Amino acid sequence: MALKSIRQALNEALAQEMRRDPRVVVIGEDVAGGAGSQGQRDAYGGVLGVTKGLFGEFGEGRVIDTPITESAIMGAAAGAAVTGLRPVAELMFCDFLGVCFDQILNQAAKFRYMFGGKAKTPLVIRTMIGAGRSAAAQHSQSLYHIFTSVPGLKCVVPSNAYDAKGLLIQAIRDDDPVIFCEHKLMYDLRTEVPDEPYTIPFGEANILRDGDDVTVVALSRMVHYADEAIDTLANEGIVCELIDPRTTSPLDEDTILESVERTGRLVVVDEATPRCGMAADIAALVADKAFASLKAPVKRVTAPHTPVPFAPSLEKLYIPSPERIADAVREVHGYNR
Amino acid sequence: MSSEITAITMPKWGLTMTEGKVVGWLKQQGQSFAEGEELLEIETTKITNVMEAPAGGTLRRIVAPAGATLPVGGLLAVVAPEEVAEGEIDTFVAGFAVPEPSADAEADTEAARPRELEAAGLRLRYLALGESDSVPALLLHGFGADLNTWMFTQPALADGRRVVALDLPGHGGSAKQLDRADAESLAAIVDHALNALGIERLHLVGHSMGGGIAISLALREPERVATLTLISSASLGPEINAAFIDGFVRAARRREAIEALKLLVHDPALVSRTMIEDVLRYKRLDGVPEALAAFAKEWFPDGRQRVALSDAVAALKLPVQIIWGRDDRIIPVAHAEGLASHLPVHILEQTGHLPHMEKAGEVNRLIKRLIENHA
Repeated sequence: MALKSIRQALNEALAQEMRRDPRVVVIGEDVAGGAGSQGQRDAYGGVLGVTKGLFGEFGEGRVIDTPITESAIMGAAAGAAVTGLRPVAELMFCDFLGVCFDQILNQAAKFRYMFGGKAKTPLVIRTMIGAGRSAAAQHSQSLYHIFTSVPGLKCVVPSNAYDAKGLLIQAIRDDDPVIFCEHKLMYDLRTEVPDEPYTIPFGEANILRDGDDVTVVALSRMVHYADEAIDTLANEGIVCELIDPRTTSPLDEDTILESVERTGRLVVVDEATPRCGMAADIAALVADKAFASLKAPVKRVTAPHTPVPFAPSLEKLYIPSPERIADAVREVHGYNR
Repeated sequence: MSSEITAITMPKWGLTMTEGKVVGWLKQQGQSFAEGEELLEIETTKITNVMEAPAGGTLRRIVAPAGATLPVGGLLAVVAPEEVAEGEIDTFVAGFAVPEPSADAEADTEAARPRELEAAGLRLRYLALGESDSVPALLLHGFGADLNTWMFTQPALADGRRVVALDLPGHGGSAKQLDRADAESLAAIVDHALNALGIERLHLVGHSMGGGIAISLALREPERVATLTLISSASLGPEINAAFIDGFVRAARRREAIEALKLLVHDPALVSRTMIEDVLRYKRLDGVPEALAAFAKEWFPDGRQRVALSDAVAALKLPVQIIWGRDDRIIPVAHAEGLASHLPVHILEQTGHLPHMEKAGEVNRLIKRLIENHA
């Protein structure tokens, strides 16, 4: 099986679904324009090349470049979805959510409910998350917890190329609005990805490593940092279970709870800010439903409650590190009542 | 006297194995053993397997204890006669280096990549190992499986013989769409595949539904089949575990897959997370749920096997053997016991529906013996 990057996996998922279903369209800023495609407009394929080649194959009717107006992109996509298309809209940076949240929060997320189940909104919003490129406070946030908190939205945070392809195809075939969060530092990360189309069900966590000492739940890029920390800890005789929920809404509560019931110890790793975030949410879940199993306090390893710093040295400190994750695991592992 | 010191190293079972985890030792340090005796259990990408002694000797030093993970070729233990001094063993262990993959080994890896052929308009994936002038062997997997089910069998048989494992239509890396799923149609497709591979006569090994297809092929062209080994085969009686079939077809999530898969083996603890993940990855592919449903409907309608060919198998004029697990919870062992008495039937104790994985060493020996007796 071929090794493919997350970028290639996403591109393949889009192309295969567009071939399979003529209702699938791509809309966003620069998704067609730029160098490298057969189209006369020289498709660049989005700022990160994920939609490269789609314009050449599917044309301007299905790969729609827009003005720099997120409210219009999301409004058009939500309307198109509710009237029969299956749009994949690109919100270049999730930080731009601020200018189009009404279309997402009050329109797309509410149609099915407010129209008594008679309206479907098969909309996918692909968006970039994550710090680490010195892109500063307005282009570096990880805002999936905001999407997760809205009933009516589904939220996907893939950590590898296999999951990215299967989850994007699942998102496109889903009849509800799905926010698909791509970490900007992971596009070149390669794993084995089948050439054929496939789907991964939402709400099904991936268990990357088995262990009985401490449960570590991590999202997106933090899955890889946690994996690194767990390698270090294994040398110290601490064996961790590593869970990647893959989707934050729906959340695979059972997998997390079953693991904590066995280990009694939990560390949650999240690149987002700590208040009202996924780490707090998962900690609360376990406190609520697995309290009797807990042998130590739940530790959250997150960014601090500050904007993402521009200075590379500060940004490095801002992002949870494998060392901080390992320290947190050691702390809960060594805890005795 | 270091020539008397030999290394037991991590074996490579299956194409994707790069490392293995020691589950536990079945021999103590200091114990002597004969060739073929069970030394230790190793966790692989599918199932925990027993490693047998490649030669007799005394287990002088266990280097990799239970729980240790080693790369393929890594030092598991040291074997040496009792008179070799401890110091010499120390030196051997200290000087041991995992051999770098040679150019030959890389060429082998390249040769051991699955390939594709076209049979009756269908794209089929296959893996060919070994090369020789002797009669080749073909391995046919069961319902929902793929050629990797033979990860322990194929390399063992391919010692001086060409052995091909085929992904049936709807399975593994083969085309997922199929017009007909009945045994005769599948046997015809396998026939085309054999022609594409340039195979005339062959030793045929089939597991479960693959056994049913092997029977159809042998009935269709008995002169082509040198020997026939049927492992936990379909088409030898009406019973089948309908709950397994339904559960396997339905399973989309890990919990459901575990429920179904644990019925396959005598000891569910042997099934690794990767085996479950591989099944889920296969089942997520477009077209697979439909293909599996078509197979289930054709082969096992209303929870019974459609075809029973035990009399026809008994009448086959070629060497046939039957291998079964005593604790098979998918197809009852009674189907083996009920066969005509002239057929050799090997029933393995503490074994479920996957004898070739659960008792790989024993099954490999049985297949090899039949093949070599009719070379």
